[in-house]
Amino acid sequence: MLTIKDLHVHYGAIHAIKGISLEVNDGEIVSLIGANGAGKTTILHTVSGLVKATSGTITYNGINLRTTPPHKIIDLGMAHVPEGRHVFSRMTVMENLRMGAYSLTDNEQIKQNIEMVFKSFPRLKERAKQIAGTLSGGEQQMLATGRALMANPKILLMDEPSMGLSPILVKEIFHIIATLHEKGITILLVEQNAKMALSISSRAYVLETGSIAMSGNAAELMEDDRVRKAYLGV
Amino acid sequence: MSVVDGLTLFIQQVINGLRVGSVYALIALGYTMVYGIIRLINFAHGDFIMVGAYSLFFTVPLMISAGMPAWLSVIIAVAVCATTGVLVEKLAYKPVRAKGTKMSALITAIAMSLFLENLAQTLFGANPKQVGTIFSLPMLLGFSGNTLLTILIGVVVMVGLSLYVKYTKGGQAMRAVSEDKNASMLMGINVNRIITRTFAIGSGLAAIASLMYIVQYNQVTNMMGTMLGLKAFVAAVLGGIGNIPGAMVGGLVIGIVESLSKAYISPLTGGIITSAFSDAILFGILIIVLLVKPTGIMGEKTGEKV
Repeated sequence: MLTIKDLHVHYGAIHAIKGISLEVNDGEIVSLIGANGAGKTTILHTVSGLVKATSGTITYNGINLRTTPPHKIIDLGMAHVPEGRHVFSRMTVMENLRMGAYSLTDNEQIKQNIEMVFKSFPRLKERAKQIAGTLSGGEQQMLATGRALMANPKILLMDEPSMGLSPILVKEIFHIIATLHEKGITILLVEQNAKMALSISSRAYVLETGSIAMSGNAAELMEDDRVRKAYLGV
Repeated sequence: MSVVDGLTLFIQQVINGLRVGSVYALIALGYTMVYGIIRLINFAHGDFIMVGAYSLFFTVPLMISAGMPAWLSVIIAVAVCATTGVLVEKLAYKPVRAKGTKMSALITAIAMSLFLENLAQTLFGANPKQVGTIFSLPMLLGFSGNTLLTILIGVVVMVGLSLYVKYTKGGQAMRAVSEDKNASMLMGINVNRIITRTFAIGSGLAAIASLMYIVQYNQVTNMMGTMLGLKAFVAAVLGGIGNIPGAMVGGLVIGIVESLSKAYISPLTGGIITSAFSDAILFGILIIVLLVKPTGIMGEKTGEKV
């Protein structure tokens, strides 16, 4: 579905991504785990076109994403929930959801999608008219996820959805991710919370300073001594 | 002077203030919308009023000789100003924004302002030109009909813009882009298109402002936009730069302050400070706002939640 081959990304003189290859197959949850600054977010930004790659290929269902303008990517069925939520904080919850459906033109479809998001996140329905900036961190994460779902994505890129949330909310967010997956959405998940990420993933890649250090079946990685020492704190 | 006469004069001055204030408000909207979307003070914006005024100067006689109502010229003026705004953005600001810093964009804006002023002087000369009468209404309840119509146009445009920004998909996208360009792109919003549209709308508003100005003063010069632009800029800062309702309130407040200070400052200070100081008072407001509440009346700090 999504294939990245020999990707290199530079920020000025800094070589942030050093020849990474990875793939996400239809129906999988794939995690990218690794320390701060390993390049996880950069990979997602490059896939979405927010950051330009130096070399390498990124294809999604055969379409070259490196030459696709960022605002066209959502039309291909790929949505991105950015790190730090990035909800439109001065707009209402409802307006945020409508922006999520910006690429849709069918008003009936938009209405249905809003209902679908409200069903998954009842708290957003209660707060539909509230300004997004006044929501709690967990609610903002729900809004950012709901907003991405508004465009009926087939694949969801999720960047640090658990960041800054209390342990109870972290559980809730991962439960939501698992539910989305059951509904048939493929997920590429970036997480610092490696334990939670591995527990719901089918496969994972371990990133270290711009390169893939390890990859494989999530359950096996969880048993790997190096992974346990470095990322699971055991 | 009796109390009744004094009150009549006061109301008259407030109405005049609202008239000039609605001109400032429309111009301030252009500043604030562009600032909101690309964080640039478009110092050439004042000169778009001049472009609109020259457009009226040339098209009003054409309309009249074609037997059409003169006010239809404003449609052409809006198109001319919108095109000017979009061209300035595409040819000057966008390339600089891609390469340089905010400071280089700001300097480019000043350069565009000087360019437009000097281009107009070369093309049309430095002497003021009289624009034909666009509309002339009778007195209404003791007030100038033109003044009342000017205020009405201002109100209609401001209400229309507010509704557009609040309720339409395009207006909401404009707010989204002004807040977070990357997140907007992820939603599928073509950010460059929204920026272009913002310039077109902001500059189009300047054309309507020039109509409102011309109806009162009838004169066009290549430098007319400088002072108007600066005062509207003060209005935009007073209201909170980047904030659309703020620009409207700021414009009206500045208009009323200007009108009242012109009328009353000399008698109130026994002639020590004359009405010639009214501009100094306006710019004094800018300094006070920047010192006391840099975010303006309606501006608010929005912190990001983690």
